[in-house]
Amino acid sequence: MSKEPIPASAYDMDHAEEAEERRTLAILVDNEPGVLGRVVGLFSARGYNIESLTVAEVDRGKHRSRITIVTTGTAHMLEQIEAQVLRLVPVAAVIDITKSKRGIERELALVKVAGKGEPRVEALRIAEIFRARVIDTTNESFIFEITGASEKIDQFTDLMEPLGLVEVSRTGVLSIRRGKDAG
Amino acid sequence: MDTHTLTDTQTTKRTMTGAEIVVTALKEQGVDTMFGYPGGAVLPIYDALYSEDSIRHILVRHEQGAGHAAEGYARSTGKCGVALVTSGPGATNMVTPITDAMMDSIPMVVITGQVPSHLIGTDAFQECDTVGITRCCAKHNYLVTDVDDLAHTIHEAFLIATSGRPGPVVIDIPKDVQFATGPYIGKEGVYKPTYQPKTEPSDHAIRDALDMMAAARRPVFYTGGGVINSGPEASKLLRELQAATGFPVTSTLMGLGAFPAGHEDWLGMVGMHGAYEANNAMHDCDLMICIGARFDDRVTGKVSAFSPGSRKIHIDIDPSSINKIIRVDVPVVADCKAALQALLGGWKRRKLAKPDIEDWKEQIAKWKAVDCFSYPPNNGAIRPQYAVERLYELTKDRDTYISTEVGQHQMWAAQHYHFEEPNRWMTSGGLGTMGYGLPAAVGIQAAHPGSLVIDIAGEASVQMVMQEVSTAVQHKLPIKVFILNNEWMGMVRQWQELLHGERYSHSYSESLPDFVKLAEAYGAKGIQCSDPAELDAKILEMIDHDGPVIFDCLVEKAENCLPMIPSGAPHNEMILGKISGDEIGEDGRRMV
Ligand SMILES: Cc1ncc(C[n+]2csc(CCOP(=O)(O)OP(=O)(O)O)c2C)c(N)n1
Ligand SMILES: [Mg+2]
Repeated sequence: MSKEPIPASAYDMDHAEEAEERRTLAILVDNEPGVLGRVVGLFSARGYNIESLTVAEVDRGKHRSRITIVTTGTAHMLEQIEAQVLRLVPVAAVIDITKSKRGIERELALVKVAGKGEPRVEALRIAEIFRARVIDTTNESFIFEITGASEKIDQFTDLMEPLGLVEVSRTGVLSIRRGKDAG
Repeated sequence: MDTHTLTDTQTTKRTMTGAEIVVTALKEQGVDTMFGYPGGAVLPIYDALYSEDSIRHILVRHEQGAGHAAEGYARSTGKCGVALVTSGPGATNMVTPITDAMMDSIPMVVITGQVPSHLIGTDAFQECDTVGITRCCAKHNYLVTDVDDLAHTIHEAFLIATSGRPGPVVIDIPKDVQFATGPYIGKEGVYKPTYQPKTEPSDHAIRDALDMMAAARRPVFYTGGGVINSGPEASKLLRELQAATGFPVTSTLMGLGAFPAGHEDWLGMVGMHGAYEANNAMHDCDLMICIGARFDDRVTGKVSAFSPGSRKIHIDIDPSSINKIIRVDVPVVADCKAALQALLGGWKRRKLAKPDIEDWKEQIAKWKAVDCFSYPPNNGAIRPQYAVERLYELTKDRDTYISTEVGQHQMWAAQHYHFEEPNRWMTSGGLGTMGYGLPAAVGIQAAHPGSLVIDIAGEASVQMVMQEVSTAVQHKLPIKVFILNNEWMGMVRQWQELLHGERYSHSYSESLPDFVKLAEAYGAKGIQCSDPAELDAKILEMIDHDGPVIFDCLVEKAENCLPMIPSGAPHNEMILGKISGDEIGEDGRRMV
């Protein structure tokens, strides 16, 4: 606000109809025992949503783990989520991947489809279009491995549904930012 | 550094047992007093304390007492409180004080024993998942699994508890780690890369704040517990900034004492049972300068109608407090002391003049003239407000510290006892814990042996922690427990009158003990008073007694605590005189 003239009271602004937004947050943490519990516990204690969650150590030497959480909330809520997560002692940084122009999101899924005859051929054809790999096959089933944005995976599983979709296992969203710098 | 501090050469690279590391680290941190209760899982640490005479250990009667005593010690000294308890039930009994300290931002380190490492996860005797249980109610916690990490962890715990927004930190130490030997590491150089609280305000925030302050016509300082936490210097700077600007000041329950109650620009406490003039000033101001307070629901009342015409500056060391409840115009993330210093420095450097706020002061004088805390004269029985007023008059010129329990008596204490200095008022604000005040008084008295320490109590609250009178007797802590005995859980009764058609469900204090005999049974002194004419003499008798006293002050039973902002109402709709029962609408009824 420093460069702008003194604003009117925040009450002059209209927050009445705040829409819910979807956000992908990358949370960089010290990989110490219980750290995931702290982050997840905060979300449940304060009534925030978790739509997807991934976590793994990403830097052995520095004991850093990266947690990617997809959440939804009003702009005000999302601002609070970031501030509350940053308040946790082992959290080094919170990056809003959705807002960042350089954000990239990917997900991996394993998709089992069972069937014979024409549907089986059709499943394989669609898999090719989506660049999904076959990683297991029997006479009556395939397991496909697919990576991409979450929407692409949704689309793929939707198309497989009538062709004999049996089950799906997804990693949840992974995130990183473009360019040469870390974080 | 004090005399207990070991020099670097003495402490670094010394090998000792885990239990000795605990005691050595506490000494290096300057701990002179701690509160605790032994048990199987902390016996090695107790053994190390046995021959240690530089740390005074106060044995309580229930672990909750140790926690609140540590809080009282901390809040009255500005130092970190320390408590030591065993695993399982010892740890679970600490959950209330840990949560209390979290809500009120009190620096506290709690050391809990844990079953030996190899038994963790087996449902061993007196095992509980202490770090799991306290994860969401402590600022941070640790399970120390390797004695090599112990010294570092303890120093880091003190750093985290006392810096940034202070809070409780729990260190869970398995018994085998207490027996194992490892290196002692000094506190020098201990820091946590992911934990770097911002304490200095940014220049542009201060500049914007000063611009608004210079242009204000109806300003108000709204200060909170953060000013007290920031240290006595912050209170001093607040007074100087007020003198430079001439702005009126109100404070939350937790902030009382940061600004002197005797000052002509003091508005009294804000909030649900705050002063009429304070709440109206908050509602009608054109500039609110919030310093170390957090727009708690007990302060804001109805959020959508909160101070509708004002711009707001919010100084807070915790970025998550800003814009959490109330949107503000100028956020200042900083320690209160640093922010006050910057504001005062800028005000002087820019040679800003006191804005003309005479109209505003006239308006405030009109609100003040309502005399919202007035009450009818005693009518046979002692009115609780009168009792607090007399207690104040008879103790104000002494070196006095006040703690409270939770209920009507707490609010009457806040309304009718007046504080000129910080760190003199200890109360459970955020969590509202009945049973806080008596053990807190134990902790305060341990920190200030020669001072007069009074717990203003309710007869229901005090029974939650009555056993700590025995602690006071054992350790020669001459605390005074001044019970406003109305034979009711008065605050509950008041809400039932207000909201539930006078159906007083389970709020009568049935089968009360004879408090005088109870005091005597503990080896303390008991005094009872029911006659207003005898009150002064008996209060003086209480003060003059060199030992713990339980004062059973029998007061008017059905007195309501007023004024009051009914829940769901805005600040300018306070109930002043009598409660009719129609004040609270359907929405308010659902609130707490
Ligand atoms: C541990 C705990 N349990 C319940 C409550 C709810 N509560 C708030 S005030 C109150 C009554 C307190 O009665 P008393 O101590 O006699 O004080 P009074 O209001 O009569 O002054 C109760 C039960 C609480 N604040 N804390
Ligand atoms: Mg009572």
